[in-house]
Amino acid sequence: MRPILIRGGRVIDPSRNTDEVSDLLLQEGKVEAVGRDLGTPDEAELVDAAGKVVAPGLIDLHVHLREPGQEDLETVASGAMAAAAGGFSAVCAMPNTDPVTDNQAAVGFIVSQAQRAGAARVYPIGAISLGQKGQQLAEFGELVGAGAVAVSDDGKPVVSSHLMRTALEYARTFGIPVADHCEDPTLAAGGAMHEGLVSTRLGLKGVPAAAEEIMVARDILLAELTGGHVHLCHMSTRGSVELIRQAKAKGLRVTSEACPHHFTLTHEACEGYNTNAKMNPPLRELEDREAIRQALRDGTIDVICTDHAPHHYDAKEREFDDAPNGIIGLETALGLALTELVEGGLMDLPTLVTRMSTMPARVFNLPGGTLAPGSAADVVVIDPAARWVVDPNVFYSKSRNTPFAGRELRGRADLTVVRGQVVFRRGADSESRTPAGAAPN
Amino acid sequence: MAAPALGKDLVGLEPLSAEQIRLILDTAEPFKEVSERPIKKVPALRGKTIVNLFFEASTRTRISFEFAEKRLSADTVNVASTGSSVSKGETLVDTARNLEAMRIDMVVIRHGSSGAAQFLGHRIRSNVINAGDGKHEHPTQGLLDILTLRDRFGKIEGLKVAICGDILHSRVARSNIWGLTKLGAEVAVCGPATLLPRNVHELGVTVLPRIEDAIQWADALNVLRLQLERMHAGFLPSLREYNRVFGVTTERLAKAPKDLLILHPGPMNRGVEIDSDVADGPHSVILPQVTNGVAVRMAVLYLLAGGSPDWTQQTGGVD
Repeated sequence: MRPILIRGGRVIDPSRNTDEVSDLLLQEGKVEAVGRDLGTPDEAELVDAAGKVVAPGLIDLHVHLREPGQEDLETVASGAMAAAAGGFSAVCAMPNTDPVTDNQAAVGFIVSQAQRAGAARVYPIGAISLGQKGQQLAEFGELVGAGAVAVSDDGKPVVSSHLMRTALEYARTFGIPVADHCEDPTLAAGGAMHEGLVSTRLGLKGVPAAAEEIMVARDILLAELTGGHVHLCHMSTRGSVELIRQAKAKGLRVTSEACPHHFTLTHEACEGYNTNAKMNPPLRELEDREAIRQALRDGTIDVICTDHAPHHYDAKEREFDDAPNGIIGLETALGLALTELVEGGLMDLPTLVTRMSTMPARVFNLPGGTLAPGSAADVVVIDPAARWVVDPNVFYSKSRNTPFAGRELRGRADLTVVRGQVVFRRGADSESRTPAGAAPN
Repeated sequence: MAAPALGKDLVGLEPLSAEQIRLILDTAEPFKEVSERPIKKVPALRGKTIVNLFFEASTRTRISFEFAEKRLSADTVNVASTGSSVSKGETLVDTARNLEAMRIDMVVIRHGSSGAAQFLGHRIRSNVINAGDGKHEHPTQGLLDILTLRDRFGKIEGLKVAICGDILHSRVARSNIWGLTKLGAEVAVCGPATLLPRNVHELGVTVLPRIEDAIQWADALNVLRLQLERMHAGFLPSLREYNRVFGVTTERLAKAPKDLLILHPGPMNRGVEIDSDVADGPHSVILPQVTNGVAVRMAVLYLLAGGSPDWTQQTGGVD
């Protein structure tokens, strides 16, 4: 394996609290050295990172890769390549596949598909309950043995408080978090967007913020009861932020995540019945968006995730009530975060790297998130000054459902390295969608 | 000289200006007379093709549109489809493309999903008229209600109108709220809190919690139909209790400081939201509403087709 020397970049490593211009040498799949004026080993590939940011590869704890079951929307390979192009060296795939990823064979399938893809790492998340039916616990031990890094019934809330309790207790045995999609299904039933002025005007059934907050409160109480680690998925309301803040003050094992669309958009994006603004949890109000931003700044919310949810364009090309929830996010997340949060003055670059790399690695106990010598050579080189316009037609993802098409963003990934190998390089051939290291879709 | 009066489509009253609403009402006035003639026909839309696309059951609105179209001499086709386009198997966008391929001029659409009319309007060149989309708007119903109020009171500005019943699920309520407030009326909504949208006051209306309050306050009551399925969804305990607490009854109206005009978009549940004595009483304008419906729809069809507000000039006279 050819060593890689990334020279002269601003190397940001929140795990060691460092932020300085230096070189980074990657060798044999590990970080070999960080420092100024490192010598160049024979045959090393040189990457000039002057003016660029060099950081541990980004990690997305929440994506939907649709394989097995809906390979026309996304595959492990296409999702892993979209991730690499977005600066992610690793993603965690939710288990709401068809069939559900609720057994060791299903987990093993995703692991092997990810190995064949050779792009970003893909860590499977196993189901909490068999078939995500909310009744019988899946075999966490076997899931973890096959490579699962967490359990979740995401897409569906865990309705039974008893099941959530036992999941939190049982997961402790294996040291994995239980990630919950917080939604009271009786309050949310039939809802198409946030319940507020816009839903009233558009005549769409709304989902009140309380539908999320009731389950956030319940999960926090159960984390306290069990001592288990609950990870709260895609937080969207100011009330949830307040509940998490209180839980953290009590020292409970509660972590959480928020998505770029929830820190960028509000329910007004649904105007004109824009189905690319339809998601679950829904886009909320300005005060909610501000609370999410502040929580990401101060660490109340630990992690930025995408909730990457591919859908066919024609599935979104229909009546708002009938359109599916969700948007893709892997190839816009970094640009949105840099534009909205860093350029917007809310946080500095090291804090952003913390939210998108170091903390995700800690929360799910994954390799990466650090550039400490000896750690995995998962690295992203970011051009923080690049101005670009979101064009879904050049996405590596198989799907195009994004509300951000045409939006100008500042900053994106130039190079993504996984296990010491370049899996994405932005360059002259990037428009052709067949860069080095890409597996065919 | 004829400025684009309404734009291509009529999807709701929210996007319209007060001037545009007045234009439709004023254009409806001479059309009222057409329906009173022995030969109820003018050639205004001769040669135009109109499709009435009804994805939801409707008797009154569909017939009213059809009469309006026929009295303007348009060629009409009725397409009725039960259930949503999804259950039918063809998507709304495919339906739209097929209609467009047949070179039609206008589509009147009734659909169970909010936003369906706008969706269609953005995808075809033909004019689209919303005949009710989900819980969003029913603009021609709003217009005919306002025309009926204007007939009786002479003007809308300063009028106090209370809309009573299930505001949450009502497209009629939304169109009335937009149209009336734009024309300067004071609007209140009245109904059980379970059937009032949480943010409804932000639409510029007063919320009156009890029907007695509405009767004390208003010049006119627009009594909405209570959909019987609301009981099963848990919004209300029973029809009996609804009538007891929110029914518009002779006894309650007797306590009003003045005679109230009573409107109802139909079809009525007699003995639930409105008592028969009230519906059939001297202050009810429920049947004049229906008559006005044809005139208002003729006006909308005519204006969207590019007709001049002064239609008697445009069509060479009515005689």
